[in-house]
Amino acid sequence: MTVETLEAPTGRFGRFGGRYVPETLITALDELSRAYAEAKEDPEFGAELCDLLVTYVGRATPLYRAHRFEEVVGAGPVYFKREDLNHTGAHKINNAIGQALLCRRMGKRRIIAETGAGQHGVATATACARFDLDCTVYMGAEDVERQALNVYRMKLLGAKVVPVESGTRTLKDATNEAIRDWVTNVEDTHYIIGSVVGPDPFPRMVRDFHATIGQETRSQILEAEGRLPAAVVACVGGGSNAMGMFHPFVGDEEVDLIGVEAAGEGIETGRHSATLSTGTPGVLHGAMSYLLQDGDGQVAPAHSVSAGLDYPGVGPEHSWLKDTGRARYVAVTDDDALAAFHELSRLEGIIPALETAHAVAYMRSMGAEYVGRGPLVLCLSGRGDKDVTHVARVTGDRIG
Amino acid sequence: MTADSRIPARFAALASEGRRALVPYVTAGFPDLETTVPLLRGLADAGADVLELGIPFSDPLADGPTIQYSSFQALEAGTTVPAVLDMLRAFRETHDTPVVLFTYLNPVVHYGVDRFCADAREAGADGVLLTDLPVGSDPEMEARVTSSGLDLIRLLAPTTGFDRIAGIAAEATGFLYYISRTGVTGARETLRDELASEVVKLREAVGLPVAVGFGISTPEQAAEVAAIADGVVVGSALVKTLQNDGPEAAVAFLRGLREAMDEAVPGNRRAR
Repeated sequence: MTVETLEAPTGRFGRFGGRYVPETLITALDELSRAYAEAKEDPEFGAELCDLLVTYVGRATPLYRAHRFEEVVGAGPVYFKREDLNHTGAHKINNAIGQALLCRRMGKRRIIAETGAGQHGVATATACARFDLDCTVYMGAEDVERQALNVYRMKLLGAKVVPVESGTRTLKDATNEAIRDWVTNVEDTHYIIGSVVGPDPFPRMVRDFHATIGQETRSQILEAEGRLPAAVVACVGGGSNAMGMFHPFVGDEEVDLIGVEAAGEGIETGRHSATLSTGTPGVLHGAMSYLLQDGDGQVAPAHSVSAGLDYPGVGPEHSWLKDTGRARYVAVTDDDALAAFHELSRLEGIIPALETAHAVAYMRSMGAEYVGRGPLVLCLSGRGDKDVTHVARVTGDRIG
Repeated sequence: MTADSRIPARFAALASEGRRALVPYVTAGFPDLETTVPLLRGLADAGADVLELGIPFSDPLADGPTIQYSSFQALEAGTTVPAVLDMLRAFRETHDTPVVLFTYLNPVVHYGVDRFCADAREAGADGVLLTDLPVGSDPEMEARVTSSGLDLIRLLAPTTGFDRIAGIAAEATGFLYYISRTGVTGARETLRDELASEVVKLREAVGLPVAVGFGISTPEQAAEVAAIADGVVVGSALVKTLQNDGPEAAVAFLRGLREAMDEAVPGNRRAR
């Protein structure tokens, strides 16, 4: 059984998802749903997207066997799906290219996006440069500070970066501001949302653009090992790399799907971003999903050392996968993620993104449960170049 | 449709006199919890026909900087859903002006939709406006609100297609709220040229009164809209006045709008 067959026709995943947005956006969402449905059926669209993914993004990305890390895990074999080797350094480009093509098809000339770590902002700015689209990226003021390198990259690519000072000055507020822009300029603007969040059709469309991650992994692991993995593991902020990896495996009951959230300074401190592990259902950014909120239904501030996971919501399909028991979600602290960041750099010569380091840290602890059970696959969703300055600062190191 | 709501009765009375409704919005608990009830009374006495009372939300994504600021301040001051219902109860001790609770879905979902509607009615609310619950987005939840007896006030935007307007008008009760332009709430220097023709067309197409809001910030603009619509909503400009100059200035500002509307629509003049 695939996810499509379980999806309600209204863009819901069980009780999650939907379109809880201001009236002004409804027509644009209808238009987008139609354009996406048509594009999906259009062989030319598929061929152009495929060509770009191969010649511009660098797909397929390798499935790499991480021998030295495997020894630490004590189970496996352990494989990394190398999304960090994509153009711009993370999985985000799969979706940005797909939506930019769709935008061009709809005849819109202006793109807006939100970004946390800056990876989606860079990917969107890149796609906009490639397709000559006007690009504005909203980014929380706190994230502008901790991801300065990506801010400069976006500017080099010709995008305008708008620091968002309201609320918690992070991804949540950048998303609010992007939606406000879209409500205002909806007639000539497309919003390239950066994760499997937001109103329908975004969660399913972004998932589909990233599903190439899981599709490639599936055929690569079958070729390498002759069997499906015992588990696939991915970090979850909004949850786009995880959803792209999980999607083609949802029907394979023998494959465990494990999402790793940010436990920040520890679940017990309240300073974390573990939405699925500790949240309750609510409505944020246009969808019903699990949400970090207080006793009066106000959205609670999230915390993570990693800007990309620092988000109090999560994609509605993950909420559904959690409730149905098909996927399970765990959480890893800032400290453990930082330790994994350092360890993986030395063991494998791969500096992972801080977001990805959460998944690395969890996989490190999976040995006892998974010994003798077959291959384990980690979605190595992004590279850590962007995090180097921030890591040096939080660990008290000096660069140079 | 909703026998207990004061909203249809108020609009019917206004229509029979050829008058227009003045609908001010304020964020409950801004700048503090104590200000709101006396402010509501002052606004009602200054000529408000329907009051929109905003329950603040942490992520007001349909709002511009003024209402965002007032929402954050109100939350800082300790405003909660029960606190807003208490304010409404206190207001009801002295006034029967219709009140619409204006908020986002999440605080309502968290409180419990049925419980919220029942408690809001008991406290004296007549309607509810949920910015992120557009028509058809959640039929089951929408039905729970409408069956509670509260008017579910619906928004229409310039981007709303004509076929959708008919569906919205069929579902709505109380009045329809026409958003004067694409965008978030907030004062603007001018109204769009197309607004008058859009409102005329809309009023021909629907059976409910049409109030126009978003961006109306001066007596001149209120007068301009009063000439074409059944009601005028003013939010950010009022909240900004409250923020800068205090509650008395806010009431005086509203009185100025009332007078300008009464000048523009002769039937709107009231003996005071």
